[in-house]
Amino acid sequence: MHTATYYIDLLLSGITVGSLYALIAIGYTMVYGILRLINFAHGDIFMMAGFFMVYASASMPMAVALPLVLVMTVVLGVLIERAAYKPLRSAPRMSVMISAIGVSYLLQNLATYITGGLARPYPEIAVLKKTLAVGTLSVKVITIVTPLLTVLLVVALVLFINHTKTGMAMRAVSKDFDTARLMGIKVNNVISVTFVIGSFLAGVGSILYFTNYGQVSPMIGAMPGLKAFVAAVFGGIGSIPGAVLGAYIIGICESMIKANDTIAIFSNAFTFALLILVLLFKPNGMFGEKLTEKV
Amino acid sequence: MMGNKKRDLILSLIFAAVITAVLVFIDKRLHYSMLASVIQKASIYALLAVSLNLLNGFTGLFSLGQAGFMMLGAYTYAILTIPLDQHASVYQYFNGGVVNVCLPAFVGVTAAGIVAVIFAWLVGKPCLKLKSDYLAIATLGFAEILRALIQWEVLGPVTNASNILMKFPKFDSILTPVIVCAFCIFLIVLLINSSYGRAFKAIREDEVAAEAMGINLAKTKMQAFLTSAFFAGVGGALLAMFQASVQARSFTSAMTYEILLIVVIGGIGSVTGSIIGSFLYIASSEWWLRFLDDSQTYLGVNIPFMRGGFRMVVFSVVIMLIVLFYRQGIMGTREFSWQGIIDFFKKPFAKRERKAVKDNG
Amino acid sequence: MAENVLHIENVTMQFGGVVAVNNLNLDVNQGEIVALIGPNGAGKTTVFNCVTGVYEPTNGKIDFLGETIVENFPRGKMKKLYAGENMGMYNEAVSHTPDLITYKGIARTFQNIRLFSKLSVFENVLIAKHMRARQNFFSAALHLNRAEEKRMREEALALLEEQGLDKYRDDVAGSLPYGLQRRLEIARALATEPKLLLLDEPAAGMNPQETLELAAFIGEIRDKYNLSVFLVEHHMDLVMNISDRIYVLDFGKLIAHGVPAEIQSNEKVIEAYLGVSEDE
Repeated sequence: MHTATYYIDLLLSGITVGSLYALIAIGYTMVYGILRLINFAHGDIFMMAGFFMVYASASMPMAVALPLVLVMTVVLGVLIERAAYKPLRSAPRMSVMISAIGVSYLLQNLATYITGGLARPYPEIAVLKKTLAVGTLSVKVITIVTPLLTVLLVVALVLFINHTKTGMAMRAVSKDFDTARLMGIKVNNVISVTFVIGSFLAGVGSILYFTNYGQVSPMIGAMPGLKAFVAAVFGGIGSIPGAVLGAYIIGICESMIKANDTIAIFSNAFTFALLILVLLFKPNGMFGEKLTEKV
Repeated sequence: MMGNKKRDLILSLIFAAVITAVLVFIDKRLHYSMLASVIQKASIYALLAVSLNLLNGFTGLFSLGQAGFMMLGAYTYAILTIPLDQHASVYQYFNGGVVNVCLPAFVGVTAAGIVAVIFAWLVGKPCLKLKSDYLAIATLGFAEILRALIQWEVLGPVTNASNILMKFPKFDSILTPVIVCAFCIFLIVLLINSSYGRAFKAIREDEVAAEAMGINLAKTKMQAFLTSAFFAGVGGALLAMFQASVQARSFTSAMTYEILLIVVIGGIGSVTGSIIGSFLYIASSEWWLRFLDDSQTYLGVNIPFMRGGFRMVVFSVVIMLIVLFYRQGIMGTREFSWQGIIDFFKKPFAKRERKAVKDNG
Repeated sequence: MAENVLHIENVTMQFGGVVAVNNLNLDVNQGEIVALIGPNGAGKTTVFNCVTGVYEPTNGKIDFLGETIVENFPRGKMKKLYAGENMGMYNEAVSHTPDLITYKGIARTFQNIRLFSKLSVFENVLIAKHMRARQNFFSAALHLNRAEEKRMREEALALLEEQGLDKYRDDVAGSLPYGLQRRLEIARALATEPKLLLLDEPAAGMNPQETLELAAFIGEIRDKYNLSVFLVEHHMDLVMNISDRIYVLDFGKLIAHGVPAEIQSNEKVIEAYLGVSEDE
């Protein structure tokens, strides 16, 4: 029989993982909402952010490295949009998706080449590594910071989208691309802002994730990326609160499954089973909008 | 017209005879060469690419479950054909396993296709009604679920869990994979050129109009999906024979992406393109571009950036260039024809270029 | 009295809170050309989509050759939302996928042409022959159905010849001029061997000369294939010219019904149709 502490521990680690998925999932859900594109490269942007940190922290103090990593991640995200997605704006959706897969492949190979394919230890951020004792529980600072920061960022983002002019433009573009353009909205700028926000959150997520995990390797982005995508679908693609909720559910379930040795191997498969169930019974997700085709 | 048909047949026969002669020579003299290895692997990948193209290119269904069906094929073949006296050593962690049959290789390969079809039916039933990108992610997910299932300790007595499966029959000649793959591709081409193939293309072009023409979407999509899965299963079995071992770990989504990129390089919607694409891709990645991974010295200068992994970077850059600037791939949606080859050599250069421009526009 | 082909009974189609078609009753008899007219947004195409199985009507029943092909009543969320008439009159739900309705003998064209635009003209028609071919997946895939395949090709070619499209047979369908694309769409619909042909604004985008030719052509195919025709149209000349009977729809509601002469002098129609458009 396990003690209550054991379950609280699991729950806490589930919430941490869920928060990270949430930060990545927002990038997916926003890009999909606007471009109707599954940005397969998003998980690899997250991985690249991890490597930026490894290299940046080796040559400069942490206080400089942290913001620099976020800036570099944002630049990478926007660069990818400009180079690989923008030229295909009028191409069939399948082509854009293939381009996204191509970018993901390129980033993974590039990372393998630069690092020699080996996992690199992630620099320690002293503040986050500290342990606090609360009663019988000992909790790492990062376990508390992660969900708090996530919630803070999500609230800020929702406010931004609902109460600023740029946010309104984003909502307009996601409703109707062409009409928004006719209304004088600079669609390309809006798309860039979307990628800036998505990459920024992936950058923050990467710092928290790898601090927790301890090392970065070139293929590490794929799985968290796919899971975050499932979270986005679960919540209803295009809906930010939906994506966050989905991410927490997946994170908590996953940490429970991982704790049981007989079924631990299904911790990844579970996510996809959840995805398929959602697509079957609630194809628009929990909070998604219904899209119908006019005949 | 009739004259052309006869001419094409004769040309095809000559071509087949030459290829066979060359292959026999390679098989006898260069059996363990890089060339022989590339020919075998590329033939198998050609079959896999064509079977994926049948879905993505001809039916317009964006499926990313290829690696899953290949894995089912590879495992089915391996499990059914390991000689009985080898069971104890292969299944050493599971007391020799519970499967006590050893079937002939060709039965194993056929069974591989059939098992893939059965699972494809289970996957397709719920998933095929999903829209393009959701279908992609759902099939990708199913492949991942299958991979976890195969590695599950509880199924170990059958699948050997995450341990390697081996000692099953391999190819005795490099002609075997070439002939089997050529025959399978021939079957797929026949299908594409049949009434059902046209129904597939109708669905790709416009689902609403196809339905209004009396084409049952669910049924027709399922037919394309099952056919593709069958040949992916067969391809998986052949890949197992080529590699002489099977392990679930290698059938990741990266493998599906690799095959998808071959299809893109060759041209989405062209069988010839997929075949050419896979030979180019395999030859480059296994052989021609190997040198990029080793440090090279030219004219006494050591080129610093050439080291392990550089080949794959070059590769992915080339693929991105194709995706972005040469979206048609090598063949677009065109197919090989003798007439095309003859025209190519007959016509003066200038004229040909004008025609090419017209074809693209 | 001629045999009834299409019988639309109390059909209401409601999208959320919007009633697009309100309690429509309409009949098409054997050999008739029946037109459904009305201002933009009156719900004409919605009627087509209900008949062909693209939409499920919210309430009502549709019979084709005496067989009920569609029937529905307000269910689930619609129970509370329903704003149409005759609630509780129907309590069965019958629906078919569009392909099955085509198989039963209703073929259609689309308002905004939906050809297989990257395929050849010939393939477009040949695809429509697939449904009635006597073959199975394996016999067709292995090309063992040579006689059947030959028959399909010959019949498809005959249809193209009849439309004067045979000289374009290998051209890409999307490259044809607009008028010819409309004709190809009709040829493709005819290839499914229908008993009832639904034409959704067949003269849209045509000049007067082309419209005149189209009118003659619709009459011709009706006689040749023993068809009944049900069309939605904006061009008054065409409608008045060829229709046996006309139904007028305004804001989803039937406001008039009769032979062309009656409709032309119907005040309600003039008010709803011509009056409104003049004011704009």
